[in-house]
Amino acid sequence: MRAPVTDLPLVLDGVALQAGATILLNDISLTIAPGVPTLIVGPNGSGKTSLLRLCMGLSAPTGGRITWGGRTDPAPTRRAFVFQRPVMLRRAASANVTYALAQAGMPRSQRPSRAAALLQRVGLADLAHRPARLLSGGEQQRLALARALARDPEILLLDEPTANLDPAATRAVEEIVMSAAQSGIKIVMASHDLGQVRRLAGEVIFLARGTLCERAATNDFLDRPSTQEARAFLRGDLVV
Amino acid sequence: MPDHLSALQLILAGDPALFAIVRLSLGVSLAAVALAAAIGMPIGALLALTRFPGRPALVVLLNAMMGLPPVVVGLALYLLLSRSGPLGAFGILFTPAAMVVAQTVLILPIIAALTRQTIEDLWAEYRDELNAMNVGPIGRMTTLLWDARFSLLTALLAGFGRAAAEVGAVMIVGGNIDGFTRTMTTTVALETSKGNLPLAMGLGAILIVLVLAINAAAWGTRVWSQRLTG
Repeated sequence: MRAPVTDLPLVLDGVALQAGATILLNDISLTIAPGVPTLIVGPNGSGKTSLLRLCMGLSAPTGGRITWGGRTDPAPTRRAFVFQRPVMLRRAASANVTYALAQAGMPRSQRPSRAAALLQRVGLADLAHRPARLLSGGEQQRLALARALARDPEILLLDEPTANLDPAATRAVEEIVMSAAQSGIKIVMASHDLGQVRRLAGEVIFLARGTLCERAATNDFLDRPSTQEARAFLRGDLVV
Repeated sequence: MPDHLSALQLILAGDPALFAIVRLSLGVSLAAVALAAAIGMPIGALLALTRFPGRPALVVLLNAMMGLPPVVVGLALYLLLSRSGPLGAFGILFTPAAMVVAQTVLILPIIAALTRQTIEDLWAEYRDELNAMNVGPIGRMTTLLWDARFSLLTALLAGFGRAAAEVGAVMIVGGNIDGFTRTMTTTVALETSKGNLPLAMGLGAILIVLVLAINAAAWGTRVWSQRLTG
């Protein structure tokens, strides 16, 4: 299943995204390589989701260039995405995972045991046969993580996966993300929750109004933000 | 089947001729639904998932064809299937096979158009997730058809309802031959024109009860399976 191709480094070169006359992202250049978890931070509407979608190849930039491991083909090979509101297939929890395994090219005979292991990893082993759409929000998000991990990703992109979850469910999701990071998967996750940034981030990318304002190690960003916008955001001012 | 007996008496007596008519009607319509589903669902899914010049026109045409007049379909097939017609060599005119073909043509647009709408709606919901899982075109189609299976049941029912209720197409290509191609609807039409209203009304009632029963069964299946799969 381990393809020889790699999706890293992920390089954005002068990337812009426009929808009609609205500029969603403006001249973003950054390189994402293996390493500590990167959290994309910024107020609502700052372009976090747009940036993640571009990184995944779900939408194409209107300017600039994105490459994955040097390739320009946006078809995801070794990357996976967890959406803010994941969509569960209308089948059992385990079938959602085996589906992802099949799409990732795993032979049929290996899927059941791998799916069971992934469900175990996200703490859903007991609910394997439950219809996925009848799971709670937190359980669905963990199932989405299992589905993403089924792709054996090098890089896992997450778009505010805990935005709609209660603290207990948030902790469960964060623990899975941290264990994924420890197993060598590059985490790139959007968040506007500074507590979460403290708990998870190795480095922070700060976005405001579609512009990349700062990229710094977490402590540096939290203690000594270098831009006006970041200082305002950290103070809790409304940054628009 | 003697004309002076009422439909109720025929049912209670287990009249073999009556049951042969009911059996033929159901057989022809169900076969047409199966055929139209096998052809129409992939067409609908394909139309939902592809973008090409002229697609909007095709969608409008398909939607419009949901209202194809049965007699026109019957006439067109009559011309195609008659001895001197291009498909005359098959020799199926005035057989149940021709009736199945006619009803298939009649309900194919219904099933294809409803499938297109269902799959297009579900695709809007699934697009990002499936793209993130790198699902190819064939995989998309089969995934969406499978996950929409309970909604598609409604499309099948609409097709069945149309097939079971129509009279014009089966009358023309079947010929309403007693004991061979006579269906419930053609019998009702014939008996009414003969003035045998009790029999016509009785058969009409049987037809409605059968359609109701099939819809109730499908509804039950849908509710039950949705409870199981969310």
